[in-house]
Amino acid sequence: MQTARQTGWMVVRQARNLMREPIWIAMMIIQPMLWLLLYGQLFSKITQLQAGTGSYSEVITPGIVCMNAFFGGMWSGMAMISDLDRHVIDRFLAAPASRLAIVLSQVVRAGITAILQALILLLVALALGVRVHGGFPGWLVVFAASFLLAMAFAGLSHGLALLMRRESSMIAAANFVGMPLMFLSSILLTTALMPGWIKAITRFNPVNWGVDAARSAVVYGNNWGQSLAHLGFLVAAAAATSLFATWCFRAYQRSI
Amino acid sequence: MDAIVVEELRKRYKAVQALDGVSFAVREGEVFGLLGPNGAGKSTTVRVLTTLTKPDSGRAFVAGEDVLAHPNRVRRSIGYVAQDSGVDWEATGRENLLLQGRIHGMAGKPLHARVDELLGLVGLEDAANRVARGYSGGMKRRLDIAIGLVHKPKVLFLDEPTTGLDPEARAAMWIEVERLAQAESLTILLTTHYLEEADRLAERVAIVSKGKIVVGGPPDELKRDLQGESVSVELAEQNGRLADAERIVGGIGSEVKVEGQVVRTRVPNGAHAIPVILGALDDAGIEVASVTTARPSLDDVYLHYTGRDFSAEDEEGTR
Repeated sequence: MQTARQTGWMVVRQARNLMREPIWIAMMIIQPMLWLLLYGQLFSKITQLQAGTGSYSEVITPGIVCMNAFFGGMWSGMAMISDLDRHVIDRFLAAPASRLAIVLSQVVRAGITAILQALILLLVALALGVRVHGGFPGWLVVFAASFLLAMAFAGLSHGLALLMRRESSMIAAANFVGMPLMFLSSILLTTALMPGWIKAITRFNPVNWGVDAARSAVVYGNNWGQSLAHLGFLVAAAAATSLFATWCFRAYQRSI
Repeated sequence: MDAIVVEELRKRYKAVQALDGVSFAVREGEVFGLLGPNGAGKSTTVRVLTTLTKPDSGRAFVAGEDVLAHPNRVRRSIGYVAQDSGVDWEATGRENLLLQGRIHGMAGKPLHARVDELLGLVGLEDAANRVARGYSGGMKRRLDIAIGLVHKPKVLFLDEPTTGLDPEARAAMWIEVERLAQAESLTILLTTHYLEEADRLAERVAIVSKGKIVVGGPPDELKRDLQGESVSVELAEQNGRLADAERIVGGIGSEVKVEGQVVRTRVPNGAHAIPVILGALDDAGIEVASVTTARPSLDDVYLHYTGRDFSAEDEEGTR
């Protein structure tokens, strides 16, 4: 209860602080649109290689939504580095602040940002002629996938931030983890076009759980069971990484 | 009852023995100063007492609670003003205070009333609704102190409260701390590497050096215990005979120290020693510009008990 209340107030703090940064808001809105428009153009010929329903825009929209959520989560630990540098975290830790609340507030903030971006992306995609074949439940699945993906990787990112505590190390780690996970997923290509060994790996890639769920909701509007199973895996991943980040406070406190 | 009891704290960071058996006690309601050069172990002691980190061995009690066994109980009864400001730059002064209060489980009218009271107490009413990024160093420091006080703690930790402030802001902060100690009936543990700050604010001090408490007591008593006076002899010019002067003066007084062109020493009685010192320097042909005597300072106390020069060690610790 205490943890839930503290999480709430800390989310309010972060949302309010972000709202005071117009550049951040502009980036949050423009960047995903750029991804969508650029990739949509770049790979537009791929449809010709593809069997089945849907334009490439329809295939890539859920991919971009998930990529955006995943990167947003992966980079969200930078906020923790900044709070550590400003000693805000020390101030919280010397007060009866729940460590889990500190982590969850950041993780939830990353998740909410991802939902907002997913909404913007879907609206732009609608304007480009994309149809969400899954209808209203389809929209919900896309939102859930982005929310959970961002949270799962935000937990990981905040754990790394507490372990490394330096911006430069954090950037290196985010790239080191982020890039392979992106290319070992079906964000840009459907699994049908992948070499067998990559296809095998993607099954265990949490990024792909989100992409699969969102894509079948947009492109096919069926296969709900599998989508829900993938979302369930993501819930577990988000819980695991959040607990990992909370545990990382021990390492941080040993170092000070 | 003692508000803080510290027993034999030890902590090691890789190559550095930060705490090497620190023990002391702070009485309820007093302002207690941990005085020492940079790197002596003051901040590490405070981080253990505020539950931020754990010692390798030893015990500590704050407001009657064991910091190792019941960290959350300790956190509820302490305020912590860290060496580095913990202000959230993107939030206003008021928002900073409200969030800290909420972390302490406060809410509603009592919280808002307390925040208003504190903003007045530290003189930030006018800046309360401005984002803290624009605050001056002194304003951020005052906000830090208000943040530390929001839940009416019994014990307040002030870690280097005036480091980084200009002399004017420092003097203002001293008055502030004295006033707050009164108004909030607090026990304050203050760390500082400014001798005059400890002298001015603390009823009792403990001098820390290399992870150990060297000596403790009221500043006046510590100085009185050092019998005698210090004599400073300033040489006339860069005559290259500082070493000779140091040797000659050292033959007459004790604890000789050279600072620029000034040779300092401690003697039982200044009035008797000055003619002797001047005569000896004159015989050696060393010209003197001025001579002054002074009652011992905490600087002399430090030199006496550690055999080391405070300011030299302070700079070394910073590096």
